[in-house]
Amino acid sequence: MLKIENLEVNYGMIKAIKGVSFEVNQGEVIALIGANGAGKTTILHTITGLVAAKAGKIEFEGQDLLKIPAHKIVGMGMAHVPEGRRIFQELTVYENLKLGAFIVNDKKRIEKNLEYVYAHFPRLKERKNQIAGTLSGGEQQMLAMGRALMSNPKIILMDEPSMGLSPILVSEIFQIIKEVSADGTTVLLVEQNAKKALAIADRAYVLETGNIALSGDAKELMNDENIKKAYLGE
Amino acid sequence: MSTLIDGLSLGSIYALIALGYTMVYGIAKMLNFAHGDVIMVGAYAILSTIALLGSPIAAIVVAILVCTVLGIFIEKLAYKPLRGASPLAVLITAIGVSYFLQSVAQLIYGAKSQPVTIGNFGSVAVGDTKISLAAIITLAAGAVIMSALTLFIKKTKMGRAMLAVSEDRGAAQLMGINVNKVITVTFAIGSALAAFASTFYLMQIPSTSPTLGAMPGIKAFTAAVIGGIGSIPGAMIGGMLLGIIEKISLSIPVLAPYTTALEFSLLILILLVKPTGLLGKLKREKV
Ligand SMILES: Nc1ncnc2c1ncn2[C@@H]1O[C@H](COP(=O)(O)OP(=O)(O)OP(=O)(O)O)[C@@H](O)[C@H]1O
Ligand SMILES: [Mg+2]
Repeated sequence: MLKIENLEVNYGMIKAIKGVSFEVNQGEVIALIGANGAGKTTILHTITGLVAAKAGKIEFEGQDLLKIPAHKIVGMGMAHVPEGRRIFQELTVYENLKLGAFIVNDKKRIEKNLEYVYAHFPRLKERKNQIAGTLSGGEQQMLAMGRALMSNPKIILMDEPSMGLSPILVSEIFQIIKEVSADGTTVLLVEQNAKKALAIADRAYVLETGNIALSGDAKELMNDENIKKAYLGE
Repeated sequence: MSTLIDGLSLGSIYALIALGYTMVYGIAKMLNFAHGDVIMVGAYAILSTIALLGSPIAAIVVAILVCTVLGIFIEKLAYKPLRGASPLAVLITAIGVSYFLQSVAQLIYGAKSQPVTIGNFGSVAVGDTKISLAAIITLAAGAVIMSALTLFIKKTKMGRAMLAVSEDRGAAQLMGINVNKVITVTFAIGSALAAFASTFYLMQIPSTSPTLGAMPGIKAFTAAVIGGIGSIPGAMIGGMLLGIIEKISLSIPVLAPYTTALEFSLLILILLVKPTGLLGKLKREKV
């Protein structure tokens, strides 16, 4: 479904991504884990066109994403929940969700998507007229996820959805990721919380300073001695 | 009473121009210092159309079209190639565009100011005071235009896209919003508002010259900063405030000569107390 080949990304002189290849198949939950500064966010930003690649290929359902402007990518069925949520702080919850469905023209479809989001995040329904900037961190994360789901994505990219949340909320968010996956949406999940991510992922890639250091079945990686030491704190 | 109406009417003109500065700043993150000169071009469009067709209404329509197209062209030719360039480069380009427009106007129409008559409006008597009809029309039309703009931003998809781009360009792109298109629409709207400002300006001061845009441009920019640059209601409030203060100051003989100084002092005072302007918000840095 999504195939990245020998991707290289530079920020000026800094080589952030140095030839990364991986793929995501339809229906999978793929975890991309790695330490701070490894390049996880950069990869997601390059996939959705916010950052330009220096070399390599990104193929989504047979189309070369590197040739497509950022604003056209969501229409192809790819939603991105960016790092730090980046909800529209000055707009209401409802207005944020409507913007998530910006590319959907069918009013009925928008209503249905809204119901779907409210069913998964009842809290957003209660607070639909609240200004998004006044939501709690957890609620903002829910809004960012709900906003992405409003576009009927085939694949959803999530960048550290657990960042800054209490353990209970983290569990709640991961539960919803599982549900979204069960509903048929493919998930590419970037996480620092390797334990949680590996627990719900099918496969995982471990990124170290711009390179894929390790990859494989999520359950096997969870038992890998190096992973345990470096990422699971055991 | 009549000073207040005059002030509000002048304020409407400042507000209409300030909206152009503030919307472009909010959405394209740049200061379009050529904006004042769009008003001047609008004034000449009115002058020429009246000379050719004799109809003030046609003149206003032509001015709106000319300014809108001009705004789109300025953005496409001068600013779009500089997307992502340093703010200083963009600022210098804007000043260049400003001089360019003034020079072209001077080549075509000459440097001297020329009279433009949109109509004879006279005044109406309310009790003992006489109120200029032009001021009343400006005030009423300005209120209608600004309400329409507010509705457009609140209720339409394009309006919401503009708000989204002004807050977070990257996130807006992730929603499928074409940022270039939004910026083009912003310049078009800002320039159309400038054409209305030209109209109302000429109704009160019926003459134009190549530097006509300079003073109202600077005043309106001041108004936008007072209100909080980037904020649409801020531009409206800032414009009104500046218009009223200017007219009140002009009506008091001792203060009259110092009016402009007074207005800029107000700017400095407000920026000292609230650096972001009345309604401006401090932008949180995006990670
Ligand atoms: N806009 C930028 N300009 C310059 N360097 C950048 C920029 N964004 C990221 N980098 C650098 O690129 C490298 C990868 O950053 P990236 O944000 O992709 O890491 P990450 O794996 O997402 O880290 P974290 O877990 O902390 O979010 C880092 O060294 C970072 O400093
Ligand atoms: Mg990151």
